[in-house]
Amino acid sequence: MNWIGRRLPRLEDPALLKGGGSYVADHAGKAAAVCFVRSPVARGTIVSIEMPSDGTVFTGRDLADVKPIRPILHRPDYVAIGQPVLPVDRVSFCGQAVAVVVADDAALAEDLAEQVFVDIDVADAIVDFDTALAPDAAPVHPEATSNVVVEGRMKTQGLDQAFAEAAEIVALDVRSHRQSAAPMENRGGLAEYDAASGRVTLTASVQMPHMLRTGIADTLGIPESELRVIAPDVGGGFGQKMSLFPEYVVLVWLARKLKRSVAWIEDRRENLLASAHGRDQAFSLRGAFARDGRLLGLEADLRSNIGAFSCYPVTCGVEPLMAFAELPGPYDFAEYGVRSRGVTTNTCMMAPYRGVSRPTLTFSMERMMDVAAKRLGIDAAEIRRRNLIKAFPHRSPTGLVYDEGSYLQAMEVAIEAAGLPAFRARQEAMRERGRYLGVGLSVFSERTGYGTPAYAARGMEIVPGYEIVDCTMDPSGDVVLRIGSSPHGQGLKTSLAQLVSDELGVEPQRIRIISGDTDATPYGWGTFASRSMVIAGGSSKLAAGKVAGKLKTIAATLMETSPDDIELKDGWARVSHSNQAMEIGTLARAAYHQSHRFKGLLPGLHENAVYDPGGTFSNASHIAFVEVDIETGGVRVERFLVAEDAGVLINPMIVDGQITGGVAQGIANALFEEIVYDDTGNLLTASFADYLPPTAAEIPEIEIMHMETVSAESVTKAKGVGEGGAIGAPAAVVNAICDALSPFGIELFELPATPQRIREALRRAGGASYA
Amino acid sequence: MPDKRDVTLAVNGKTYAVSVEPRRSLADVLRDDCGLTGTHLGCEHGVCGACTVLVNEKPVRACLMFGVQAEGKTVRTVEGLADGDTLHPLQQAFWENHGLQCGFCTPGFLMLAAGALQENPDMTDDDIKDVLSSNLCRCTGYQNIVKAVRLAAREMRARARI
Repeated sequence: MNWIGRRLPRLEDPALLKGGGSYVADHAGKAAAVCFVRSPVARGTIVSIEMPSDGTVFTGRDLADVKPIRPILHRPDYVAIGQPVLPVDRVSFCGQAVAVVVADDAALAEDLAEQVFVDIDVADAIVDFDTALAPDAAPVHPEATSNVVVEGRMKTQGLDQAFAEAAEIVALDVRSHRQSAAPMENRGGLAEYDAASGRVTLTASVQMPHMLRTGIADTLGIPESELRVIAPDVGGGFGQKMSLFPEYVVLVWLARKLKRSVAWIEDRRENLLASAHGRDQAFSLRGAFARDGRLLGLEADLRSNIGAFSCYPVTCGVEPLMAFAELPGPYDFAEYGVRSRGVTTNTCMMAPYRGVSRPTLTFSMERMMDVAAKRLGIDAAEIRRRNLIKAFPHRSPTGLVYDEGSYLQAMEVAIEAAGLPAFRARQEAMRERGRYLGVGLSVFSERTGYGTPAYAARGMEIVPGYEIVDCTMDPSGDVVLRIGSSPHGQGLKTSLAQLVSDELGVEPQRIRIISGDTDATPYGWGTFASRSMVIAGGSSKLAAGKVAGKLKTIAATLMETSPDDIELKDGWARVSHSNQAMEIGTLARAAYHQSHRFKGLLPGLHENAVYDPGGTFSNASHIAFVEVDIETGGVRVERFLVAEDAGVLINPMIVDGQITGGVAQGIANALFEEIVYDDTGNLLTASFADYLPPTAAEIPEIEIMHMETVSAESVTKAKGVGEGGAIGAPAAVVNAICDALSPFGIELFELPATPQRIREALRRAGGASYA
Repeated sequence: MPDKRDVTLAVNGKTYAVSVEPRRSLADVLRDDCGLTGTHLGCEHGVCGACTVLVNEKPVRACLMFGVQAEGKTVRTVEGLADGDTLHPLQQAFWENHGLQCGFCTPGFLMLAAGALQENPDMTDDDIKDVLSSNLCRCTGYQNIVKAVRLAAREMRARARI
């Protein structure tokens, strides 16, 4: 029986369904509780900190020996800014931790935190792009000469010529407002001190446990052997839990200092205020189009608000440099000029959030295609047809090499399923009754599963990318896989078990996967950037393949045949073209207990493998159907289609789950979610009553169709699929809104398209029935 | 430290005698004092519903109720949903239909649906979607949760007829 391709219910689920999940707060138990005192202002100088006499409180002065978090990009345009784990002199954003309180329980710690008075000499905060980029702006950080802390630029030789030859130049200014990944479980950590060894075990809700160990050890100046990091069940991450946060360094410092166990369980207000944000971007694009709709050249000025600090390890280059490299997306054109800047401000740090720049750049390109199509009198699908990548491998203007994909086919499949002629008739009829329906299309590429070459090209000092997997079959024939990836809801353990089952011929239930424990797994990079199925999957397949090879040699020796004639399946090693067979468990026992019989083989069944691929591009096309209420500006998504190509699907149920969840976040990006600061840098959206993730009522059923392009760039033939839903949906939804509002000539270029913004556009267009 | 009060709670058919501060939420009492960590806290503002439990068989946000208010009432948490090793039809349907990913919101959705179906086993599909819009999930995009609850409701009605 083959397991790849089956909708196997997840092996992770029974415990989670019975309340037996194991999240960090479930372990906090009797540890002392930690509460952080946070800056109430965005910018200023710390004058004094008054502390209650009966409390255990520490400030930046107590942690003077701890190094700042200071990730490095080796680029001349990058300004390295250190983030003190607790600041001594100045605060740089509202919510920055300035002191830490330890008490017997969380309520007492909060009581004490309220008695800590931080006197800050407040300065004018820099919150938005215009203030930050003004020629006379005072830099947010004195060590920088301006607020631009990373900048990518390039221009191809023929760009000016392309614009000179253009029949139509489409210019647009796009704005994506700030968002939070908002995982359902907030951050949290438990640092346990072991008196016997002096080691600290940090159990934390994180995506990159090994990286966290390195980062904390480096800032504290201790060897990594003194620290163990465990990522238990993690209640969602979406990128937010990748970075090294000051709070985790402080926890380990406290455990070592106090020689006791301490726990910090973040609340939602802290999470929205001080974890990490993303998507605060302003893009200006100019597209040079030929009369027939072909895009000849693209010029772009891209600004990303990176907040007050640079996230470790990927740095604040992550959004601007992703935008710089990947703006061309699924389109085949040669001439490109771009300036992409990361701009620092007195706001919460930017860090990766599902999609990283690509939701905004896809939104930008797809809005541009729709606008160009209208101006040139070409159908929205047709202009894409004329510009999509059709030949592979494709080399983009920024030098990225796209492997085999199905850009055009995916769009055609989605369009066919959408039934556009019938919709257009209904749209027409409904308009006569004062109801505004619209349909919107988006097409995009999703670069996934990239190894060290991609990160090295960015100039990262810490170059992630590879994965090492240890695969062991024990004497009973059961398998343990130790992985450096760190899943947090993706169902990776089930998918890997299916993959390895087909290599070893044992059922998935007999494959146990150990992740998220630096004492028990090989050094690895965790789970982010749609990488785990491709990279951890690739190394799992390779490691299991080596064990399978050894099993075949043992079977061949015992059954006196050639290893090439052995097939491992359904728990048995069978000799082809004969009825000879042995149970895999018997072979496993022999590998350990009869090793003297197998000349040239090491005893036991233990192998490892490394996989470090160049990367593979997934692609998809999204189509959204919406209805806009012109009286309220409210938008209802009626129907949503996805035609996705993620290569071979290991577990189609899990893949569909990733797409659906991503699309829901993309719809939220398009319509609802926005982190809002006032002019002084004070956060106005610090609860779920103000920051609005959608509910079941706002998300329609997502219809998904699959292409399966087989790429040579992935040993499992799977491509990554974690982010695509979030990348393509905002563009499709807003294109649909603009289609609905086309009688008013409205074009929207801002995310999210909230009722207020839609009403404002209608008022300006004279299409609202009241002011 | 505020004075503690002795409270007796009936949770999942078991009696817990605990001594808690009056300001402690029911969610904290269940998690920290009864050791029932299946009830999760996502926002502590009563918005996300991850902490939903049944109090006198009605869905309640355990973060918006004090532990002392549960004195004399019956409480049911996710740990009390399965019948031994046999999953409740809702749990089974969530499993089969991929109604969970990270699992953090799952106990709240299960208890919300269990309470709602107990009150009205014949909810229409729209009713179900409406009820489920009380809680937040960040991973699934909801459609598999909605589907799982619809299928579980059907299964529970079928069993009730037997």
